[in-house]
Amino acid sequence: MPWLSILMGVPVVGALAVAAVPKGNDKLAKQLTLAVSLVVLALTLAMATQFDPSGARDQFSEVYSWIPSFGVHYAVAVDGIALVLIALAVVLVPIVVLASWHDADRPEAKRSVKTYFALILVLEAMMIGVFAATDIFLFYVFFEAMLIPMYFMIGSYGGAQRSYAAVKFLLYSLFGGLLMLVAVIALYVVADKGTFLQPELIGVIKDPATQKWLFLGFFIAFAVKAPLWPFHTWLPDAAAQAPAGAAVLLVGVLDKVGTYGMLRFCLELFPDAAKFFTPLVIALSVIGIVYGAIVAIGQTDMKRLIAYTSISHFGFITMGVFAMTADAGSGATLYMVNHGFSTGALFLLAGFLINRRGSQYIADYGGVQKVAPVLAGTFLVAGLSSLSLPGLSTFVSEFLVLIGTYERYIVPSIIALSGMVLAAVYILWMYQRMMTGPTAEKVKAFPDLNLREKVVVVPLLALLIGFGFFPKPLLDVINPAVQQTLTSVHVQPFTPAIPVTAEKKGAGQ
Amino acid sequence: METAAEIVQHSGGVIGVSWLTIVLPLLGAAILLLGGRRTDRWGHLLGVAMSLASFVVAVLVFVELLGFGPDQRRRVVELYDFLPGGTIDVKMGLLLDPLSISFALLITGVGSLIHIYSIGYMAHDPNRRRFFAYLNLFIAAMLLLVLADNYLGLYVGWEGVGLASYLLIGFWQHKPSAAAAAKKAFIVNRVGDMGLALGIFVIFTTFGTVAFGPVMSGVPQASQGTLTLIGLALLLGACGKSAQLPLQSWLLDAMEGPTPVSALIHAATMVTAGVYLVVRSGPIYVGAPTAALVVTIVGVATLLAGAIIGTAKDDIKKALAGSTMSQIGYMMLAAGLGPVGYAFAIAHLIAHGFFKASMFLGAGSVMHAMNDEVDMRKFGGLASKMKITWITFGLGYLAIIGFPLLSGYWTKDGIIETAMEHNPILGWLAVIGAGITGFYMSRLFFMTFHGKPRWEKDVHPHESPAVMTWPLIILSIGSVFGGGFLIAGNRFMEFLAPAVGRPEEMPSFHPFSVTGLATLALVAVGVAYAWMRYGRAEVPAVAPRGSFLTVFARRDLYGDAINEALFMRPGQWLTRLAVYFDNRGVDGLVNGLAALIGGTSGRLRRVQTGFVRSYALSIFFGAALLVGAWFVVGNL
Repeated sequence: MPWLSILMGVPVVGALAVAAVPKGNDKLAKQLTLAVSLVVLALTLAMATQFDPSGARDQFSEVYSWIPSFGVHYAVAVDGIALVLIALAVVLVPIVVLASWHDADRPEAKRSVKTYFALILVLEAMMIGVFAATDIFLFYVFFEAMLIPMYFMIGSYGGAQRSYAAVKFLLYSLFGGLLMLVAVIALYVVADKGTFLQPELIGVIKDPATQKWLFLGFFIAFAVKAPLWPFHTWLPDAAAQAPAGAAVLLVGVLDKVGTYGMLRFCLELFPDAAKFFTPLVIALSVIGIVYGAIVAIGQTDMKRLIAYTSISHFGFITMGVFAMTADAGSGATLYMVNHGFSTGALFLLAGFLINRRGSQYIADYGGVQKVAPVLAGTFLVAGLSSLSLPGLSTFVSEFLVLIGTYERYIVPSIIALSGMVLAAVYILWMYQRMMTGPTAEKVKAFPDLNLREKVVVVPLLALLIGFGFFPKPLLDVINPAVQQTLTSVHVQPFTPAIPVTAEKKGAGQ
Repeated sequence: METAAEIVQHSGGVIGVSWLTIVLPLLGAAILLLGGRRTDRWGHLLGVAMSLASFVVAVLVFVELLGFGPDQRRRVVELYDFLPGGTIDVKMGLLLDPLSISFALLITGVGSLIHIYSIGYMAHDPNRRRFFAYLNLFIAAMLLLVLADNYLGLYVGWEGVGLASYLLIGFWQHKPSAAAAAKKAFIVNRVGDMGLALGIFVIFTTFGTVAFGPVMSGVPQASQGTLTLIGLALLLGACGKSAQLPLQSWLLDAMEGPTPVSALIHAATMVTAGVYLVVRSGPIYVGAPTAALVVTIVGVATLLAGAIIGTAKDDIKKALAGSTMSQIGYMMLAAGLGPVGYAFAIAHLIAHGFFKASMFLGAGSVMHAMNDEVDMRKFGGLASKMKITWITFGLGYLAIIGFPLLSGYWTKDGIIETAMEHNPILGWLAVIGAGITGFYMSRLFFMTFHGKPRWEKDVHPHESPAVMTWPLIILSIGSVFGGGFLIAGNRFMEFLAPAVGRPEEMPSFHPFSVTGLATLALVAVGVAYAWMRYGRAEVPAVAPRGSFLTVFARRDLYGDAINEALFMRPGQWLTRLAVYFDNRGVDGLVNGLAALIGGTSGRLRRVQTGFVRSYALSIFFGAALLVGAWFVVGNL
């Protein structure tokens, strides 16, 4: 069964159907979008049950020739890493649809409501495609094409400075994308294999200098996307101006394409170059962790604050990817998923708050807990997931990244530990200013979360708590794929200084 | 010295389901939080029931454990595969041994009493249900902390109790001071948690596992440098959680929480977790004498600092908080002395759990009677108005100052004697600490219960209801007999030995040693001086300005001022700089580059419908770049 093509086809057809809904029947368009996204979710879950973690690396593989003269294929497949990221995307889409129910409705904006929802479905198909693509050219096409729906979602439906933010987002991404295009074509030419299929290009580029140049082409594109410090300045603007739902998809999923690309392409195709640049990348990551957190502390706008926390979190992910140990790699992959849920919940709750108060500024709130305890409580749980509290799944990934990095790079890991404290400062200070203390005058009439909003938030928090205590289902899928990636990179596995023997371990003594 | 007994796998019996101790209160918390207002009516009863049920399971586990021979009393129950990472693989299990079960009994026992007391204390709070949910959450997390068979499980519980502490300190969130205190507690604790996390990293990269058993059996092969690093990192964690110098500043502010919280979390149980961590990691400190020495120094410094702070506070809860710091300092000191000190450390911890909980709840009872007043200068002469509170508080007071034959006498004297043998400087400082304890506790006791009433106008003190006094009575029985029961005949030492190792020589108790007599004499001087100043003499209603030393103590030894000068202000400055830099520097640089290449950043801002144009422009640039690159590659 061509699972992945179906997964992409359903939302595309759905998007066309939504676009064809007659004008003035916005409700039908929304319901249709929600239904389609739920079907995609169900199909993905069905596919996931067929996935064999201990089986071949690429599963559900489909390869068709697309442009034969250049060896371009429509080739899709998933390994454990791609599977969990696709799962992340398809879980978030219905949640975002439900959360955005009234976001496009502003009559003064004169924007088509159904277009917004059709764009979400188009984006969903592309998100699935970009993680599933095993042909590098196809990956590039998705990588660039994703920009278009997101550009319109920000530029047409965003806040007051939406045009500036959208153009900035687009220019940054295009700049990175073009560098990648150069590298993709150069890779094709230099490899001289007549194909863009990623598995066939592993280990082909041997010359160190070539590897370095090609690595940089890919890496800068991914670093802008991720975003890694200092390529990050587009993100706070884009996330602050985007509607909350679009911000979730942007920061939660689209940005993961950057870190995913580093793991899949930079490491596997150019292992020697990756090792050469590792000190630099780890240094940038650590700077990003600390810098992002410090700048987050100083924000006065909650959406910008959440965006800067993500810059800190992306530092953890890139550090984990480039530490090149099994623990850090698994941790980084899991981090991509958990961060999507965690930041998703924070952005959506921020959106609910902004809908009530009409302001993104933290100072305009105060004492929300007293009038809307459920809203404040869920906001706190989402915040605690951002500071990686044990018992929430974000802790598992952050712990794995840190301990995995420590296995090879002690000092960066210790500096990154300070992110733990800084995260507590930015989250709890925001909570203190917005939710505690005397209730602000304009907050007094706040209604608590309604049923729709609860349905949006509860699944995310349930996933965070559930995988916090029992991360095994995700890790069992991720671990073998990370192991295979590291095998292509040829790194020595980590061994402890004084390994306690196996039978002693077993006896628990 | 004999090392600890082997750990054996266990299944079946009550021990096999010992996880119920954790799951039951966790379930209670979940029901109360998710159930919302519907559970308001009976929420507190469910909370109490879950805590009591957990206590019953703990008692049954204890009884079953006693059924095994002493060398068979370390049993692990495997639960599930918690964290299968790439290399690391942490299986969650519970370690039931004399050390962990002692804590479990204290936590669930004292915890249940405080649950019951809270029914009365929080009766008029509209959010009582939420309060019980958080208390239950705390019990579950604290039990995970002490029962987990590995450092990661301990860490999960460790941060879990931090969360519960945060929620409960900030329970009255509408008060900005409470919200600020909660945040401060969490952040300072996180500084400590960095240390604990680092310790776990070093442990894993050294031993390849984080389970207590395998780690401790691997310790002899590890280098002293590694062990010292682990020891110091873990100590940082312990300092955060147990409010030891230099991470003590949060505990005094934590008194913003409701008084039962101060009794349970910030006196009897959570703040002693650092002592548990050090004792549990005993072999590591035995292999790292430097780290152990630092533990004792931290302990002594904190026991003096806490005592000095206690002398100058007029807020009854803050005086007690200073005392808690100080008493945990004694435990830390003992824990740093190695296996000879472990039994005294834990025995003092348990005795302290009783007498300090009894006094905090007593203080709560007084506040209940005095319209939530905490200023002792507005108390006085309460002994006749609330007899039960006076007597139970009095017994706790006598126990803490080490009145002969009461709990504190046995356990604290054991610590002082052991420290004296180890290092006379530490020993004498501990004796001086005991003298100061005699003074500040007497000051507190006399100011509250004796002398002339200095009450505000419309205050009518009355005894608290039975639901509050019964827990006081039970706790005060523990304050009287607990220490003697544990220490006499080395009962607790023998019990604990399989878990923490047996010292070469079991200490014997000398009631009339020089150290013991000196301690008693100093305590007597302290009590007498307090009586002169605060019992017999008139206590001024407004605190006098006081000498330099008094101000020093009143201001928590300038702990907050130091933190502010060293961390907070530079931090704020750094944050502002970073935000400025990010808006002007990094962003400006990039916009400037854009201006250089394609126009001005102002124009970028003005682009409204310029999507197609800019896309075209970019494509043009890209094509140019591409051609250039092609040219270069082609010519290589």
